[in-house]
Amino acid sequence: MAAAGAVLLGLGGFEALSAAQAADPTRIVVKNFMFQPMSLTVKAGSTVTWTNMDEEPHTVVSSSGLFRSNALDTKDSFSFKFEKAGTYGFVCSIHPQMVGTIVVQ
Amino acid sequence: MTVSDDQTLLSRRKALKCMAFGGAGTLFAITGGVFTPIDLAAAAGDKRLTAGLGKPLFVQISDTHIGFNKEANPDVNGTLTRTIDLVNAMSEQPALIIHTGDITHLSKPAEFDAAQQMFSRLRTTEMHTTPGEHDTADATVTEYFSRFGKASDNKGYYSFDHGGVHFVALINVLQFKPGGLGTLGPDQLAWLADDLKGRTSSTPIVVFAHMPLWTIYEPWGWGTGDADQAVGLLRRFGSVTILNGHIHQIVQKVEGNMTFHTARSTAFPQPAAGTGPSPGPLKVPADQLPGMLGITNVLVVERPRSLALVDTTIA
Repeated sequence: MAAAGAVLLGLGGFEALSAAQAADPTRIVVKNFMFQPMSLTVKAGSTVTWTNMDEEPHTVVSSSGLFRSNALDTKDSFSFKFEKAGTYGFVCSIHPQMVGTIVVQ
Repeated sequence: MTVSDDQTLLSRRKALKCMAFGGAGTLFAITGGVFTPIDLAAAAGDKRLTAGLGKPLFVQISDTHIGFNKEANPDVNGTLTRTIDLVNAMSEQPALIIHTGDITHLSKPAEFDAAQQMFSRLRTTEMHTTPGEHDTADATVTEYFSRFGKASDNKGYYSFDHGGVHFVALINVLQFKPGGLGTLGPDQLAWLADDLKGRTSSTPIVVFAHMPLWTIYEPWGWGTGDADQAVGLLRRFGSVTILNGHIHQIVQKVEGNMTFHTARSTAFPQPAAGTGPSPGPLKVPADQLPGMLGITNVLVVERPRSLALVDTTIA
């Protein structure tokens, strides 16, 4: 946790998100055309929230079709509740080189 | 203005040099797949550069990104309005307008409505479109198709004929290859093979899609993973013009009888491939912005019979 906070402070530009929020185990920040972290492990029943901190819009689209956000403008968020254990891939449909994974235990 | 024999003898080296410096207004007459560049900066003061050259066939507008409001261009409605004024001022109006996608920035209904309101000012009323990934970014992927889906029965790909030219609209923003390149998909490729099958090889073909149909820069997803299959189907034709948007700058390539060309945006420029950390909007001083935004005019040149592309900025 301490290491993650230090990394975020080093990047700068995160004034809207405190280190505590960024370290939230159910939160993914979209920054510099990357999902951060790229892989997140949560317990079944958890709600994961993605927040776009880029100037560019992004989307969060499940590879299996389970969920799909609208376009997220700067500081917009999208949440999805994961009920069942499994591995869930997702991609930004606007910049599909951006990929990530949620592991639900 | 005609394309003289001397100019067709320009070496490839000189052609490339001309492309590199062709920002202000360079004409590329395509004859048998060979670019014949003519620097028009020295031509008469008419910056629309179409008089006497050939008959306007269509104007390509791309990446209007209505709804974008960040620093790179806080007034995308204003720059689209200037673009429309430029087209409307052409002494001979093009028969068609082709929009190669990213009509909107966030696929919001209000953005589509505002864009359509502005397009309604075009003197040329026949517009054909293909969506960009910014137009299909709503959760239900319905906003674009509810407005523009009729031509393709909501598939996104369709063809039509105008003035002896066969036009093919392709969609490459709905599926993605791992790593980020666009995808046409087997259904669309099968349709394309069928669509082209009965046509004579002398039919001029214009293909348009949002993402480039050749790989310009893979790390930023600037390409289409299965484009080679489409290009293979087009190779037998004597004149193929492949037009794209997506990268907000002019990049072109000639391969045999095929000319690949990406258009400028009317909203904001993007960095050259691989320069900078991401393909986000490129911020430039306000007085430089209009010189980086614009349209592509496509004209029919009668002798030799060919299509000419003329890139014009709104500066």
